[in-house]
Amino acid sequence: MAQMTMIQAITDALRTELKNDENVLVFGEDVGQNGGVFRATEGLQEEFGEERVFDTPLAESGIIGMSVGLSTQGFRAVPEIQFFGFVYEAMDAVSGQAARMRYRSGGRWHAPITIRSPFGGGVHTPELHADSLEGLMAQQPGLKVVIPSNPHDAKGLLISAIRDNDPVIFLEHMKLYRSFREEVPEEEYTEEIGKAKVKREGKDITLIAYGAMVHSALKAAEELEKEDIDAEVIDLRTVSPIDIETIVESVKKTNRAVVVQEAQRQAGIAASVVSEIQERAILHLEAPVLRVAAPDTVYPFSQAEEVWLPNYEDIVEKAKQSINF
Amino acid sequence: MIQILNEDGEMVNEDAMPDLSDDDLVELMRRMVYTRVLDQRSIALNRQGRLGFYAPTAGQEASQLGSHFALEKEDFLLPAYRDVPQLIWHGLPLYQAFLFSRGHFHGNQMPEDLNAVSPQIIIGAQITQAAGVALGLKRRGKKNVAITYTGDGGASQGDFYEGMNFAGAYQAPAIFVVQNNQFAISVPVEKQSAAKTIAQKAAAVGVPGYLVDGMDVLAVYQVTKEARERAINGEGPTLIETMTYRYGPHTMAGDDPTRYRTDDMDDEWEKKDPLVRFRKYLEGKDLWSEDKENEVIEKAKEEIKAAIKKADGQDKQKVTDLISIMHDKLPYNLEEQMEEYKEKESK
Repeated sequence: MAQMTMIQAITDALRTELKNDENVLVFGEDVGQNGGVFRATEGLQEEFGEERVFDTPLAESGIIGMSVGLSTQGFRAVPEIQFFGFVYEAMDAVSGQAARMRYRSGGRWHAPITIRSPFGGGVHTPELHADSLEGLMAQQPGLKVVIPSNPHDAKGLLISAIRDNDPVIFLEHMKLYRSFREEVPEEEYTEEIGKAKVKREGKDITLIAYGAMVHSALKAAEELEKEDIDAEVIDLRTVSPIDIETIVESVKKTNRAVVVQEAQRQAGIAASVVSEIQERAILHLEAPVLRVAAPDTVYPFSQAEEVWLPNYEDIVEKAKQSINF
Repeated sequence: MIQILNEDGEMVNEDAMPDLSDDDLVELMRRMVYTRVLDQRSIALNRQGRLGFYAPTAGQEASQLGSHFALEKEDFLLPAYRDVPQLIWHGLPLYQAFLFSRGHFHGNQMPEDLNAVSPQIIIGAQITQAAGVALGLKRRGKKNVAITYTGDGGASQGDFYEGMNFAGAYQAPAIFVVQNNQFAISVPVEKQSAAKTIAQKAAAVGVPGYLVDGMDVLAVYQVTKEARERAINGEGPTLIETMTYRYGPHTMAGDDPTRYRTDDMDDEWEKKDPLVRFRKYLEGKDLWSEDKENEVIEKAKEEIKAAIKKADGQDKQKVTDLISIMHDKLPYNLEEQMEEYKEKESK
């Protein structure tokens, strides 16, 4: 075991898979010699060579289109999109092509591609760096969307993503890259894609979150405890497909739920979580399922992040609303 | 513009003449005639409602088949929606091409030994993918190329530039063919760009670009052959612009070319018909006759008939089929829906 930040755990996962499978290729803008703008690929080119870890021209559509082409030659592409706000440049290559490869060819071809990309607010980035666009991806059949909230999950989920024989979008929250360390096994291990994790057990209300909001939900749970409200916190870890079983089981126990996301209310994936709960557990609900989300404006100018981004206080407030319904 | 045979089937560029045997020359003609019949029959079958989506190919035989004839079986083909003939000559069974037209997944299930993906509908997407296929071939140490096709309109897409630029940056073995048939649906090529040729766009990415008479099958073959040789020798990609024309509409989905094309223009290009000039050339060498041509036509008609019949016999698609080809391992939501539709389908 070693103490690792999430970014170190990610590098470790990439190193593990580059070692395990010679078909794994890591590429993107500045991921080679530079080691990535966040150092996620640091040292990898040195260790595995330019044939395995390399820089690309500055063109996101080209990067993902090339990944699709490489798939036909048996490669396992792990491209990086420098910031997920730039995914619009590659939307066809991601959703129009990679996601549909297996289906459109009736299984003749498939696209074992893992697209890594940072996103997320709270670090005062310039325009279109921090936007939460997982909702767009979650609506595309053929894609899986994974969002880890801690170093341990990041490593296990990334290894699983790379080994998955279909495309996976792996979104890395920038605020979580170096915000804390935890014990991460040095050997290889996997975490199942599509499985949520109960981060805190409780009996009064279920808080469902992902990404940086997991930590806000955990903090909110601590605050709620002071008022004798025992919150269960679920980290979705995969936002498409959602682990309905874990959620429904929890809601059946607590009878109340709040879904928490950093994305705007009209975006993200909270609405689908709410729908699934009401379809599958309405008779267990003591109150409507509420959502904590950002306002439906464009992502804030950096100085306005603090007043705009949802935080633990918003979660406490919604949880109380549910309790007092 | 590179030309070997003029409109009258006369050799005008002996030096550039490709090294093709008599049998090869006859085979090229056979394929062009066959493909012309396939186009005529496809249009008729589409009008009868026995085919679905269809993009006519008449006029482009030299461009499509001359370039394809320069390839090896192991070369990887990324066609656009009009490039079904290349797929067929690369090894896609005819009945599957018809299933593609109708909208059946089996039409896209390329046989295991066919190095190709199904026709691309998103104009430009095949270009960036071709760069990836080519880089993959290079990394595997294969002496093969990726070849992809787009039209004159497609050369205005971002992916067209990106794909060529990537292949250039990695010196990957790719051949990019732009079939300039003068129109993108109703928009003439002059409205796509101020560039005088599409071939010159190669300069923007630092690769060689050639403008070829796309109605001259020998010229198209030779230029593609040379591009292939450079590619497998590690000298990188090539852009080839073939000047051609489609005699029919853009697609059979209601496009009416009389709205944007004049009879004069059609007449002018019909004089350039790739079949007419190659026929004259081969007849001059005593390699072709009316009997031979009729034989090809009859064979084509028969095979088309049999293929349509085979396509008719294909099982209808079920939702469970569509679910089963989404993922290697189904996620929970699809597992649930699979059960739901299995039950529906069992009733």
